[in-house]
Amino acid sequence: MSDEKPPEQPAGNGEEGTPPPPPAKPAWEELPVDPKVEDAASDPLIASLRAVHGEAIGPATRRAGELAVEIARAAIREVCASLKSEHGYSLLVDICGVHYPQREGAELEVIYQLLNIEQSRRVRLRVKVAEGEEVPSAVPVWRGADWCERETWDMYGIRFTDHPDMTRILMWEGFNGHPLRKDFPVEGIDTGSAIYPELYEDQAGPVAGTGTGWKAPKPEPPVDESAEPAAPEEGPEGA
Amino acid sequence: MEPPQTSPRQTLLGLEEMELNFGPQHPSTHGVLRLKLRVDGERIVDCYPIIGYLHRGTEKLFELHPFFQNVPHTDRMDYVAAATNNLAYVGAVEKLCGLVVPPRARYIRTLLSELQRISSHLLWLATHAIDIGAMTPFFYTFRERELILDLFEQYCGARLTLNCMRPGGQPYDLPAGWVELCREFVEDFPSKVDEYEGLLTENRIWKKRTVGVGVLSAETALEYGVTGPMLRGSGVAWDLRKAEPYDAYPEVEFDIAVRHNGDTYDRYLVRMDEMRQAARIITQCLDQLPEGPIMAKRPRVLKAPKASEAYYAIEGPKGEIGFYIVGDGTPNPHRCRVRPPSFMNLQVLPEMVRGDLVSDLVAVIGTTDIVLGEVDR
Repeated sequence: MSDEKPPEQPAGNGEEGTPPPPPAKPAWEELPVDPKVEDAASDPLIASLRAVHGEAIGPATRRAGELAVEIARAAIREVCASLKSEHGYSLLVDICGVHYPQREGAELEVIYQLLNIEQSRRVRLRVKVAEGEEVPSAVPVWRGADWCERETWDMYGIRFTDHPDMTRILMWEGFNGHPLRKDFPVEGIDTGSAIYPELYEDQAGPVAGTGTGWKAPKPEPPVDESAEPAAPEEGPEGA
Repeated sequence: MEPPQTSPRQTLLGLEEMELNFGPQHPSTHGVLRLKLRVDGERIVDCYPIIGYLHRGTEKLFELHPFFQNVPHTDRMDYVAAATNNLAYVGAVEKLCGLVVPPRARYIRTLLSELQRISSHLLWLATHAIDIGAMTPFFYTFRERELILDLFEQYCGARLTLNCMRPGGQPYDLPAGWVELCREFVEDFPSKVDEYEGLLTENRIWKKRTVGVGVLSAETALEYGVTGPMLRGSGVAWDLRKAEPYDAYPEVEFDIAVRHNGDTYDRYLVRMDEMRQAARIITQCLDQLPEGPIMAKRPRVLKAPKASEAYYAIEGPKGEIGFYIVGDGTPNPHRCRVRPPSFMNLQVLPEMVRGDLVSDLVAVIGTTDIVLGEVDR
């Protein structure tokens, strides 16, 4: 939408004959201005959530018209349920994960985007998660959380408790690793040894240009029925 | 990837249920979608979708490039509706960085989005009808789609993966003669929609295949986060172009198409109506097109503010497509999450097909209008 800045009138200078300031340029002819982040503790939704859930509701901010509030990990399902039933946020838009490797102790984050259709309002919930911690699943509140949480598990390794089917959804079963984390290389990992360590040497799987690196497993030594076995046979060792 | 294991039940007549695999290579899955079906004769007892065959790591690639370089990645997600993907992405970047788009660029974006909506729905109709068995609409709709792709090609050089928007505005202005060609197309188009409707809407076979098939109630749709024509076919009048208007939509008049039965026939009618409304929007945009610059003033290197985030969603042809971008003070996004409408809409597929026939499954996949590029990214 076009935002014309109102031309500023210097106070009391009109009578002195100075020329009026040039008309302000429209906003797209000026360099962009970063939207300000404001504290939203006074927002009625936040206030009513705090009244019910108290300490579980963390700091709330508003930026560019969007309300974002941090929720404690253990209480997220209750907060979602009360947002859905009392405040009308009937549509779950999205659940995703984010990885902040610099943030010690809370590197991962789960973001919930909710939508209230009747009042056309949106809210963003943020849950900070440390490595290995589990988040209560939102599936009992919205069934649509199912695949979103599976994807968050797949891509970031954040587990959700009480999820009906906590398996990988985009990557194939048996894949090791969580691709969207910052420490996962964008060119991919060696999928051979990551999944079949007994068949592929490390970093020598079927990656383009490096040959297959596949080694046949050592054949079992033939069983010698005639002589007494001196020592117990060892199975074929992994390549 | 396995569904929760239950053994096939003995059904009536002592026959066992059968587990069938539908896809990933199948002409009716509209891409690489795999469904594990458990069927009792022809009736589907359960359906478990398995996706990820077209996963290309788009969200990881977004983090690798600066904001303006990510626009071609967005083309390739929903490859049938590239302009709306572009629009959602550049809108999110603009919201993140505080860019304001000039009016002429907003109108050009609206024109491109509505042309893309028509093009996506034409392809949807063609493939949906051909899956059900009606081959003729395919030839008719692709004739019109060629005209739209020609318009896109004249604008940005590409027919399908358009890369036609940039953060801050438009890269190119409309070429000479484009407005007249577009007007010619859109004046003729409603009569073409009449042709398609004449083939299908009152057709007894079409109605038998689609009325009462794949019923989705409004409560289930809201539970699953379904948006777009699927939600509007079930009676919820939610359209982001009216509810959270963006670009030139506040300045044009159009109606939202809503039906109430939630079956495949209703969703067909909703999309046909949307095509007509899109033609109406395009005509108004062409009439009201303002003059002026097409690109906002931007810094030489567009950097996101530190510790910033924004979510911006638009009404794409499939539903609400949104981008959640986290900025960290560098020219690259720290995280760029795509909210894919087809992903959420596909989740509800098992609810819609339980108890229906396998041939109804094909109709329901068509009516969900999924594009696997968007589901898997």
